Amino acid sequence: MANKKYWQSFSELNNSDVHKELSENEFPESLPFEGTDKGLANAPASRRDFLKYLGFSTAAAMAAASCETPVRKAIPYVNKPENLVPGVADYYATTYISGGEAIPVIAKVRDGRPIKLEGNTLSSFTHGGTTARVQASVLDLYDTARLRHAKANGVAADYEAIDKTLAEQFAAVSGEVVVLTSTITSPTTKDIIKNFLAKRAGRHIQFDNVSHSGMILANEATYGKKAIPSYKFESAKVIVSFGADFLGTWLNPVEFQHGYTAGKKLNQNNPTLNKHYQFESIMTMTGANADARYTHKPSEQAAVVNALYSAVKGESVTGVSDSVKEGVQKAAAELNANKGAGLVVANSNDVNVQIVINAINEVIGANGTTINWAAPQLTHQGIDSEMAALVADMEAGKVGALLIYGTNPVYEYFDGGRFANALSKVKLTISFNDREDETSQLCKFILPAPHFLESWGDAEPKAGSYSMVQPTINPLFKTRPFQDSLLIWTGATETYADYIKTYWTAKLGGDSNYIQALQDGIVETNNNVTGAAFNGGAVATAVAANAAKKAAAGLELVVYQKVGLGDGKNGNNPWLLELPDPITRATWDNYIIVSPQVAKETFKIDLTKVGQANDYEINVMKPLAKVTVNGKEVELPILIIPGTEAETLAIAVGFGRAKEIGRAVIAQDGTPVGKNAYPLLSFNGNTVDWHTANVSIENTGKKFKVAQVQTHNSYEGRREVIKETTLKEFQADNKVIYNERETELHHFGGIENFVEEGTLYPQLPKPGVKWGMSIDLNSCYGCGACVVACNAENNVPVVGKQEVARFHDMHWLRIDRYFSGNPEDPNSIQTVFQPMLCQHCDNAPCENVCPVAATNHSSEGLNQMTYNRCIGTRYCANNCPYKVRRFNWADYTGADSFANNQQPLVDEGSMDDVVLMMNDDLTRMVLNPDVTVRSRGVIEKCSFCVQRLQEGKLKAKKENRPLADGDVKTACQQACAADAIVFGNANNPESEISKVRAENNLRVYHALEMLHVLPNVNYLAKVRNSDDISNSGVLSAEKHEPKTKPAAEAHH
Amino acid sequence: MIDLRPIAIRTLLSALLVTVLAFGQSAQAQDGAALFADKCATCHKPDKDLTGPALKGVEDRVKDKEALHAWIRNPQKVLASGNKYFNDLYIKWNKVPMNANPQLTDEEIDAILAYVEAYQPKVAGNAGGNVVVEEKDNSILYGILTLILAVVALVMLQVNSNLKKLADEKEGIPAGEPVPFYLNKTYIALVVIILFIIGGFNLTKGLIGLGRQQDYQPDQPIFYSHKVHAGVNQINCLYCHGGAMEGKHANIPSLNVCMNCHMTVNEYTGETLYRENGEEVDGTAEIQKIYAAVGYDPASKQYTGDAKGIEWVKIHSLPDHVYFNHSQHVAVGGVQCQTCHGDIQNMDVVKQFSDLSMGWCVNCHRETKVNFGGENGEGNKFYSLYEKFHNEIKEGKRDSVTVADIGGTECQKCHY
Repeated sequence: MANKKYWQSFSELNNSDVHKELSENEFPESLPFEGTDKGLANAPASRRDFLKYLGFSTAAAMAAASCETPVRKAIPYVNKPENLVPGVADYYATTYISGGEAIPVIAKVRDGRPIKLEGNTLSSFTHGGTTARVQASVLDLYDTARLRHAKANGVAADYEAIDKTLAEQFAAVSGEVVVLTSTITSPTTKDIIKNFLAKRAGRHIQFDNVSHSGMILANEATYGKKAIPSYKFESAKVIVSFGADFLGTWLNPVEFQHGYTAGKKLNQNNPTLNKHYQFESIMTMTGANADARYTHKPSEQAAVVNALYSAVKGESVTGVSDSVKEGVQKAAAELNANKGAGLVVANSNDVNVQIVINAINEVIGANGTTINWAAPQLTHQGIDSEMAALVADMEAGKVGALLIYGTNPVYEYFDGGRFANALSKVKLTISFNDREDETSQLCKFILPAPHFLESWGDAEPKAGSYSMVQPTINPLFKTRPFQDSLLIWTGATETYADYIKTYWTAKLGGDSNYIQALQDGIVETNNNVTGAAFNGGAVATAVAANAAKKAAAGLELVVYQKVGLGDGKNGNNPWLLELPDPITRATWDNYIIVSPQVAKETFKIDLTKVGQANDYEINVMKPLAKVTVNGKEVELPILIIPGTEAETLAIAVGFGRAKEIGRAVIAQDGTPVGKNAYPLLSFNGNTVDWHTANVSIENTGKKFKVAQVQTHNSYEGRREVIKETTLKEFQADNKVIYNERETELHHFGGIENFVEEGTLYPQLPKPGVKWGMSIDLNSCYGCGACVVACNAENNVPVVGKQEVARFHDMHWLRIDRYFSGNPEDPNSIQTVFQPMLCQHCDNAPCENVCPVAATNHSSEGLNQMTYNRCIGTRYCANNCPYKVRRFNWADYTGADSFANNQQPLVDEGSMDDVVLMMNDDLTRMVLNPDVTVRSRGVIEKCSFCVQRLQEGKLKAKKENRPLADGDVKTACQQACAADAIVFGNANNPESEISKVRAENNLRVYHALEMLHVLPNVNYLAKVRNSDDISNSGVLSAEKHEPKTKPAAEAHH
Repeated sequence: MIDLRPIAIRTLLSALLVTVLAFGQSAQAQDGAALFADKCATCHKPDKDLTGPALKGVEDRVKDKEALHAWIRNPQKVLASGNKYFNDLYIKWNKVPMNANPQLTDEEIDAILAYVEAYQPKVAGNAGGNVVVEEKDNSILYGILTLILAVVALVMLQVNSNLKKLADEKEGIPAGEPVPFYLNKTYIALVVIILFIIGGFNLTKGLIGLGRQQDYQPDQPIFYSHKVHAGVNQINCLYCHGGAMEGKHANIPSLNVCMNCHMTVNEYTGETLYRENGEEVDGTAEIQKIYAAVGYDPASKQYTGDAKGIEWVKIHSLPDHVYFNHSQHVAVGGVQCQTCHGDIQNMDVVKQFSDLSMGWCVNCHRETKVNFGGENGEGNKFYSLYEKFHNEIKEGKRDSVTVADIGGTECQKCHY
């Protein structure tokens, strides 16, 4: 063979220097080893680096693991209290107190720590219902931002020293001593304040940040009572609400939900429903549940109320738009047809509007039937003008000492800045608030009061209905009850705890009655108050005043309360901040709600055009707008909400807090979360107005991140997910839903044979227990109490805004909200709420795809998730048709033994500081010790509260008896004030779940039933008392004709 | 199961008492011992102060025998009569009244006094000896044997290869370059495989055993002997660990439970106790540690209020993702403590008997029968839910239902 030379390149052929160098150097470039100067997390690691780190970390883990097991200590009690068994929960009746609100609750105390609140079923008005705020309030107890000791002039001081100083200062006070509180419903506290003031020149002012003084004054004018009556929604067949969000935020939603739901429970054999008309400007949660909803500009409210007054009297209706006129006439006709079974309410804080409302109620015979003056609501007693007078007096230097308890006027008062200035003119200022909030910061003394779970007390939310407050834990910090301070300064020697005991022992007649009252938590007496007679003297003037109000031109603003956060008194609560708003589905921020029309004009987003709608929906960055109200400017992102009146904007209160409120109210960039909307309120000389005309909005061109958990707003007519029909249709043929199901399942054997014939696989037996849940879409109003209850019960992590924006939210239970109708016509919008949780499919698609069998099925019908087996492939989440499985992208609750291991993620900005707050030892005291705290890298989801199921079964076994219905309740079921959720053993024909399913068999359906996943959760189809189903469930400007009725018979 | 031993002991004692009484004075001392134990020992000791004063020498202190008898029979009456000595005594002992014993005869009281006088404290003897039995460890022997065998095998292989070489030479097959045995690929492969198997086995075993601590027997802050309490003195486990009937934790008893007995039991007089290292344990000193922790002054018999919890070392620890409830097993299942905790009544220092592994749990769940009752279903009424199984029992298709049959091996019975 010839000595042939092969060459690859000319340089090789010529054997150039370059080639020599190259041939000696195998790799022409230096290897991509990145310097570690940027930190490990940011370095674009090469494959070799990856292997290197992998090798090292494996070795390190081995080394760490081979260390000795840590020595654990167990320290028993020295002297164990009787009846306390470590590991067994105790329950104490107490009362949730927030401002004037008081809701009887039962606190679950595990090993000395309250960890969960439930409603007290003995209460005749809550019936054991709760709100999201009640459920979340247990977390406030462990809030890291609470003051841990008293402060005098900004430095820590002990109470004795403060008492001594104050004794001198009180003696030297010139001018009035004013006790400024939120509404106080506690009879003992009122007495103590009275005694305190008896020795001094002074007064007690109750200030409600969300005031109903317009109503109180109207009632004084027409009923001669300066109070608010009870409303019996359960007796109302026709309900008309003018903007009142009575299912969410108005007065006493727990009571009203329970009453309202009575008229929404459907008997399929004799179907009737109450009829609910809502006239409003923005989409409230209550409006979303209304059967008929009409929108008008906020400034038109008085005219609309006048119109209804005319209509119920049979007079002609003028001064309102045609659509509203139609609604008013329909409502009036129904109210007149159901005399004595109608109820009209309004959220207006305008005295004249409320006087006309009273007049309407009088005409329709509501007084004494649906309006109950025998048990007035005492939760809102504040009169706006008294507060205004106080501020003027403070400015004039007439107030020598101001004691502030349970209220935060610098933040909550419409003119907080003015209050702050006035405060500086008061010589002696004392705050009893639990943290250094906006007002306390400006006070000379702060004597933090304990949380209600650490306190003694009482409350009278409704006249004659008392609720006791008793401590469930020793005070965590050096706090002192407000009442103790007043008692000491009055010269009394007894503590408030003694005072309460003496007071109630005397009142109830004996020790044993007092103990019984503490055990029940409830004392209900007949207070012998009879009804109130209506005096129509003021009506004519009020009607004239309303008529004189001119509807303003241009944009208007409504300031409202979010259903979750409410008035903002629990402003630092991460559970509430992360609770998606029922309407906007947004978390963590407030924003400007705009109508599709404003979006189109100002922001060039046309929701009726698919491309633009999608663009807006999928981007978390929403346009940032600037709103100008009476010279005040607020910059907030916008959210477009169908159903908002075309020229109305809305901003929620409760945001934009000082950093001392806590870690949750500070956004990642160090600015407050959201903006304070209280300054946008205005005072009309008599009451505070919650809407303003002459507002302008402009597009700043900037964008702002809004974390929504649901971006698409329509169920697109997918009736396999949502089934709804109208009452008329249902009355005509109560098998309308059933037949639709029959059609869906026709090819798989029909409803009767679907379970067997829909699959190739055999059915596995469920001997003993088979858990099942039924959710009535007719009585789910979307309030979210169940969601927070689930968070508290199951240690569901808080992930923060950044993570929610990436759809890393962890809620086991979400309430999907779907709109339908024409977005350009706010009156056409219909809303449906669907609680969505793990459906516990008997034929679960998630189970088949898990490579390690970490999720599998139990013989009781539970879809089990085993965290310690999960390796985090997330195949199950992908294969879940309901998208209810959640993945722990980070160690949100501090499950690892490394402290603050999420700090780097927070530092680099991919996670919010609130995650570290939830990792704090103090905050972690709220965790349920019976539920595993999940670590990073595992899937989790609804377990049907399996810890409760196990506990309930064990209880029955120990008592040697069969399982009873009441033994087991899931957290969501227990929290619901509307009884929308029923849960139990479906194998027992006598159980409630079996009965509900049997009695409503024509409304029962399963979401995506045709997939044959056989869920153990069923829904009861929504039956609306509306004229039609809007646009067949589609949100679109094009009119969608209803699909042809499914005719099951045709197939047979 | 009813433990018959205490009944037997009591029967024996009473029989003894009857016999002793029948034999009269001759057996007075023993008679006195029994009476003392029965009537006086709750509050008195012969040689030490307890709730009441030490009784030894009482006849020297109270010369008037009649007064002494009267006092023993009805102390209140004597106090009321204004007897100075007894009134002083009463005040000195914090006015704790003494029980009246009106039924005691003069002879019996004399017998008690005689016993008290004759009482000699037991000398804690070294009767059992301190023979430490060294456990024979044969592993070294096995190791040496293995090594010898390995060397023999190696030599044999070498011989074999040499013989082969010789044979090859004879037959004229050219031999390759001789390779030293440590470079022989067969040997290297063999060694690697053996090392891999041994290493893999140990690694897997180690990983499985991570966090498990069977036979864990840490030193505790107090030398508390379960053998003395549950074994010798037959105290029911649930007396101290009552939580086992009620909730998930059996609970280490709080100190007030200890003091129920140790108020009076203030010294250890039983068999000598030894630590693992053979060191002798001073039982009485250990009891003093309780007093120190609970803040009790045995001299004045008062609580000082200066209490501090005892930091016991936790022995049985389950991982956080395991839910275990004692009451399910003890109250419902009727499982004996010893099933999981071993021969606890014979352990001076508790050690973890079971490995508490999941396999161990599941095995038991597979085998244990649930209280379904027989054909008539006289078992726990909770299980009436399981109609199918009850029918099968009735029809004779199965004779029992195991925990696994009703879902006891499913993940979410213990992990949630």
